[in-house]
This record gives sequence, structure tokens and C-alpha cells, in this order.
Amino acid sequence: MTEKTKDILFKPVIENNPIALQILGICSALAVTSQMSVAFVMCVALTVVTAFSNFFVSLVRNQIPSSIRIIVQMTIIASLVIVVDQILKAVAYDISKQLSVFVGLIITNCIVMGRAEAYAMKNPPVASFLDGVGNGLGYSAILMSVAVVRELFGSGKLFGFEILPVASTGGWYVPNGLLLLPPSAFFLIGGFIWVLRVFKKDQVEEEEFKMAPNTQAAEAV
Amino acid sequence: MADKESVGNTIKVALILCIVCSIFVSAAAVLLRPAQQANKDLDRKTNILAAAGLLKPDLSIDEQFASVTARAVDLDKGKFTEAVDATAYDQRKAQKDSALSDELDDDVDIARISRRVKYATVYLIEGEQGVEKVILPIKGSGLWSTLYGFLALDADLNTVVGIGFYEHAETPGLGGEVDNPLWKTRWVGKQVYGDDSGVALGVIKGQVDTTRAAAIHQIDGLSGATLTSNGVHNLIQFWLGENGFEPFLVNLKNGEA
Repeated sequence: MTEKTKDILFKPVIENNPIALQILGICSALAVTSQMSVAFVMCVALTVVTAFSNFFVSLVRNQIPSSIRIIVQMTIIASLVIVVDQILKAVAYDISKQLSVFVGLIITNCIVMGRAEAYAMKNPPVASFLDGVGNGLGYSAILMSVAVVRELFGSGKLFGFEILPVASTGGWYVPNGLLLLPPSAFFLIGGFIWVLRVFKKDQVEEEEFKMAPNTQAAEAV
Repeated sequence: MADKESVGNTIKVALILCIVCSIFVSAAAVLLRPAQQANKDLDRKTNILAAAGLLKPDLSIDEQFASVTARAVDLDKGKFTEAVDATAYDQRKAQKDSALSDELDDDVDIARISRRVKYATVYLIEGEQGVEKVILPIKGSGLWSTLYGFLALDADLNTVVGIGFYEHAETPGLGGEVDNPLWKTRWVGKQVYGDDSGVALGVIKGQVDTTRAAAIHQIDGLSGATLTSNGVHNLIQFWLGENGFEPFLVNLKNGEA
């Protein structure tokens, strides 16, 4: 593997993570991370869609008139998402039922659209495909870490196997109900972004404004 | 090649893309339909068994389903009928067929289903003493969608054994809580009919006051999902009422079905 392909594939995982740096695709990251198996299927689905939409968009990029380019990208993405949804319904019915609308919502996931517009429109098919896989991996990395925390401490399980025996079935662990609710993913993702930026100082954005000092005179109060 | 940005080329690219994508999507849909249908059937059977409280995770669904007999019921007469083949009969399709369903008047149509089938498939679990459990198909409008489900009654045809919805599109976390196992257990042991005529079983707003005598007919409403709760209440009232399965249940009890 050349240095360049490595860069395309693995840069989006840590250095240029679509969720942690670009803050894209948060919606599904909140919704499907309460169980690892569901989150995993979602990651695979998104990675496949991003990779192939990038590939196909890049393949026809020189033919696309700029006036309808977004619609062309959407059509390609939507077709892929429908196919993925159909496949899930045929082979993993239970999980597709739990993912319900979220597979369909991959269409509106900013990562897929963002990569098609920002990368695939300017780069050759193979590089675009790898970029799609890379961004899918970046998305998956965050989703799976959030899901590990949420499932382990929210229901005492990992991939459905009991790790911490829960109190309601006679064990000792009292699960944290907050972790099963979507807002908990906000705290976790916020935590990840914080940790990441402690080590990667260049990801910290410049402050947009400075706080003025508090000039209220003490005597006047 | 003509100018890429020209109107003609734009239309050409759009057309080709649409055709290619639609072939791709329809091919996938057609090729995968049998597998999806099999999954749906399995899911329906699982739900019938789950509603009757018979679902054992370690046995195959088809094996367990062998103890269940499907029978068609003529809803107007309230009797079993051989007019349609119960195993092949598709109640969902019949709903749209004017020969197999009747339009409902607004004042009768409390479950908001607009048409009611003439024949319904019920599932019976028979033991040595005759019918042990009856599983009735129920459906009705919630907030966003039509809820499809099953309600299982015990041998006395009055006590609820279980309920389950296998298809709906209510808000996850609010109306979607009709799938909540804890809420479904609240139905078990409730009585459908009371001393007065009409269906006593229903979903109320808020929590059931267990000290009152009526509690045996009442189910807690789902918090934050008043419209879905009302929908479930109405569909129960409809399907167990005189336009639903009540005539059949009366006949079955008297041994005249």
C-alpha cells in the first residue's frame, strides 16, 4: 500500500474524522448507538453507501453538468440507499426493523453528500472509493466507541451478550438509564471531541470573539 | 462531444441517469422480494405466537406454529366459513377489494379503517378441552400510521392473554412504545367484557387506579403519546365490538360458531 492510499484511507479515522472534526452525521450517531449490533450494521451500511456513491459519482464526474450536479449525486446516493435497505430487509429483518427510518436517512447524511461533492467530483474513481471507505471507517470508529459505552453501561451488555449482570434480573449492576436515551450520545461525542483536541491541538478552532472583561463597578451595586 | 453545460446535454445526462438508477433499484427490489416476504411471514407468525404467550426462543418458529390452526371467520354472521381458504387468504389485500370488504359509516368506523373485510383470519390453539386460545387480528389508525397487530384471548374468550403489534410507524420512543414489553404485560389478565353491554376493555389517559373495580378493564395510557393511545383504545373497541369479533366470540362461547 502506497503512502497516499494509506493517507486517503486512514486520515479520516483520527486526523480528519467526519464526526469529530467536521461535525457531520451527528443525527444517526445519536439514534442508533444504544446497541452495538445495530450500530455495526448502520456503520457497514453507511460505509458501503459512501464508498460506492463516491465511486459512481467520480466515474461520471466529467459528464455531469454543473447545474444539476447535486441532483445527480442525490439520485445516485438515493438509489444505493434503497438497494442497501432492500438487502437488509431480505437478510437481516430484525435489525432492519430496529434501524427503521435511519437506513433511509443515510440519503440525507451529510457525510455521504459531503464526500461526493468535496472529493469525488474532483478525483478519480479508485481514490474516491477509498476516500469513501476511509470516511465510513471514521464514522464507524466514533459510532462503535459511543455504542460500546452506551450498551455496556446502559444495559450491561456488549453485542447482546451480558457482561455486567443487571440488577433487574438478579445481578448487581444498576444500569444507567440516561445512556439508553439519545442525549447521552451528545455527551459522549462531546467528550471524544474534547479528548481528541487535547492531543491534536491543530483541530482546535480559533475563537470567533473575545470575551470583554467584566467592568461593572463594585461600588455601584 | 457537445458542450457539457448545454441544455440538451443536461437533459440527456438526467435521463440516462434516471433510467440506469431505476433499473438498478427495481432489479434489487424484484430479486429480493421472495426473501423479504419469507421474513415478513416469519415475523407475523412470531407475533401470533408472542401474542398468545407461546413463543419459545429455542424452537424454530415453523415448528411452534404447527399447533396453531388458521380459520376464516365471516364477521357479519359471526361464524366460521369455508368461503375463503384461511391459509391462503390475504386479509390486507381483501381490505382493498370491494367484493371482499364493506365500506364503514363514519359513526361506526371508530378505528378509522374506512373499509372492513367480510372475512377475517383468526388463529386457534386447540387442546383436549377444545379451544384454548383465540388470536384475533386487529388494526386501526394511530397518529401517523395504521397499526397492525394481534390480540390473544383465553379459553373463556374474555381474558386477555397478550397483545402485540407487528407493523406500525408511530414515533419511536413515544407512540412506538406500543412495542414496549412492560406495557404489553399490563394487558395480560384484563377482562374484555364487563357486566354492561359493549366492550369494557380500553386504554385510559394516565395511570390505572388499581383500587377501583373498573381497573380490570383498563390499561395505562402511553405518556407523550395520547393520539396513539387513543388509536389503540379505538381499535380495541372496534374489533371486539359488535362490528368486529363480538358476534363470533358469542357464537364460539355457545358452541355455535
